[in-house]
Amino acid sequence: MTGKKQTILRTEQLKAFYLLEMHGTQKIVKAVNDVDLTIYENEIYGIAGESGCGKTTLLKALFNDFVPPLRLMSGKIYYRIDWEKEIDVTKMSPQEMRQLRMEYISYIPQGSMSALNPVLKLKETYKDFIGSHLGDQSREEIFELAHKQILALGLPKNILELYPHQLSGGMRQRVTIALASLLKPRIMIGDEPTTALDVVVQRGVIQMLKTIQENFRNTIILVTHDMGVHANIADRIGIMYAGKIVEEGTTEQIFGNPLHPYTQFLINSLPKFGDKEVRHSVPGSPPSLADLPAGCPFHPRCPHAMEICTQQMPGFSYPDENHRVACWLIGEGKYEQSA
Amino acid sequence: MNNLLEVNELTKQYSQGNVLARVTLTAVDGVTFYIKPAEIFTLAGESGCGKTTTAKVVLGFEEATSGTILHNGKPQSPKEKVWITEGVQAIFQDPFSTFNPLRTVDQYFFETVQNHLLAVKKPQAIELIDQKLRLVGLTYQEFAGKYPNEFSGGQLQRISIARALLTNPSLLIADEPVSMVDASLRMSIVNLFKKLRDTLGVSILYITHDLATAYYVSDRIAIMFRGNIVEMGTVEQVLMNPRHPYSKLLRDSIPQADPAKRWTDTVTLSELEEEEYLRQGCKFAGRCPNVMEICKGVVPADLNVDGVLVKCHLYSSESEN
Repeated sequence: MTGKKQTILRTEQLKAFYLLEMHGTQKIVKAVNDVDLTIYENEIYGIAGESGCGKTTLLKALFNDFVPPLRLMSGKIYYRIDWEKEIDVTKMSPQEMRQLRMEYISYIPQGSMSALNPVLKLKETYKDFIGSHLGDQSREEIFELAHKQILALGLPKNILELYPHQLSGGMRQRVTIALASLLKPRIMIGDEPTTALDVVVQRGVIQMLKTIQENFRNTIILVTHDMGVHANIADRIGIMYAGKIVEEGTTEQIFGNPLHPYTQFLINSLPKFGDKEVRHSVPGSPPSLADLPAGCPFHPRCPHAMEICTQQMPGFSYPDENHRVACWLIGEGKYEQSA
Repeated sequence: MNNLLEVNELTKQYSQGNVLARVTLTAVDGVTFYIKPAEIFTLAGESGCGKTTTAKVVLGFEEATSGTILHNGKPQSPKEKVWITEGVQAIFQDPFSTFNPLRTVDQYFFETVQNHLLAVKKPQAIELIDQKLRLVGLTYQEFAGKYPNEFSGGQLQRISIARALLTNPSLLIADEPVSMVDASLRMSIVNLFKKLRDTLGVSILYITHDLATAYYVSDRIAIMFRGNIVEMGTVEQVLMNPRHPYSKLLRDSIPQADPAKRWTDTVTLSELEEEEYLRQGCKFAGRCPNVMEICKGVVPADLNVDGVLVKCHLYSSESEN
């Protein structure tokens, strides 16, 4: 954590809601609710939280991909392109955004099963991909580029001649990561890229992501609910609950000194080797994003809930450099705001 | 004490390809294990190691190519499938596809009650269902008349456990019951298994690739690799001091929730599953860091090393002494 860090992506009071209309009544799903994020160059930023807390929607918003019923309600998303000044991408035209996708910012989907076209050999997928981004190139040039990358990432050589169904799940996931990193994007967004993989394969995929990040010195934003994966790969972690970031800090701070009761639950619920002590899940279940409780959304499940928690959402306290937490227990304003 | 379930030399083969190029894959290859009453036994391994096939054969969904399965000393035969549903019940991986989204969840319960003649009148049936639901931390009131989409994944998984308990089974077969459930809610399911074992004396065959929960919950464990059990013993022995190189790899690959314990060495992944299945000799030889010449030609024997079954040539000299 030395030297001045350059921001690469920043959001300001980002609100992205799903507006649903059912039988004449409107339902608002507050999936991303007032999120301020600052993500730097050359880091791996992890976002953790349970299913249904808005992690995937946040990624869609960061990717500036608003497809109804998802709407951008308010807030701004800035990218810093080519180390120049920040650009608000919410004002960009679809054509301009298309230019940025995969070349500046790329997306690794969760279900690699459905991400690849099942009736095309992988070399055709590569051809489509390269053809639409790098313009007309000869067949030989395309395959040479694809081959080089596949060898560099340690995938088998003959893979381009295969159909997706001939590969195992882990191999397919590594191919989608290879595609997402082909144009050397500055930001890569991964939505649960290792979930549903076996432990050994998961380790291989994490290893591959780390290698890519070290080679390109770019930024990876990684969403997963597995705290073990975060501990292994992330530089900084944001804990998300009910559409809000409730705690953020470096990996050492989050695991060494978790302050929000929800973070503590997430970490303490994991079983460890050599320790058979009884462990408990987070009590209750996550709230519906369409019908959030008043005040701090965690208060119905929180063992330390106080009067004020049921009435008002706490602001951020800054107990340490890079560490912020939104909880009344820590006390708003108890620490001097350092940023 | 008699063993509740005994599986002897179970083999299941599948054939692939056309008439000209037929390949026979041995998905489960001479698997032998037993489960005692009130015991949680884990079958662990990666996908494609044959653990689900083993479960399917034990449940009677698939017919074994060879081998025997004894439940309470009685053999499994197609005519006697009753023990399969009364004595043995299953819990599956994906709670969202276990239940039909267009039917209310309680219909499944009433159906099971009817099929097994567990109660004659509706109030009796409701009482029985409520009793089983309370075991998993739910009540009949909060569940009656609801559709599967009104529950979270963790709740649905607990509901399917309650349904499995209706017939008072002596053995539950749980195939990856927590892999679709959020990490933060996993412990509620795993703790429930412990409770069922301790209070009702139910045995559980827990199938998983998550060694951390396996260590937490089970009494004995078998590590499977490409159809073979490569290591079997108590969890303390197998997971705290793994002997087979594959068990070591599997154990070291679990991400630890501690940033100080990051992986530093790199790992070799298998290229194609089929190749490993068809391999001569030890099936792990292609990826094993301790591979020797003998491993490539000769299948290692099941060796007993300090009470742990290990299928590896590394230990063949030790056990002879």
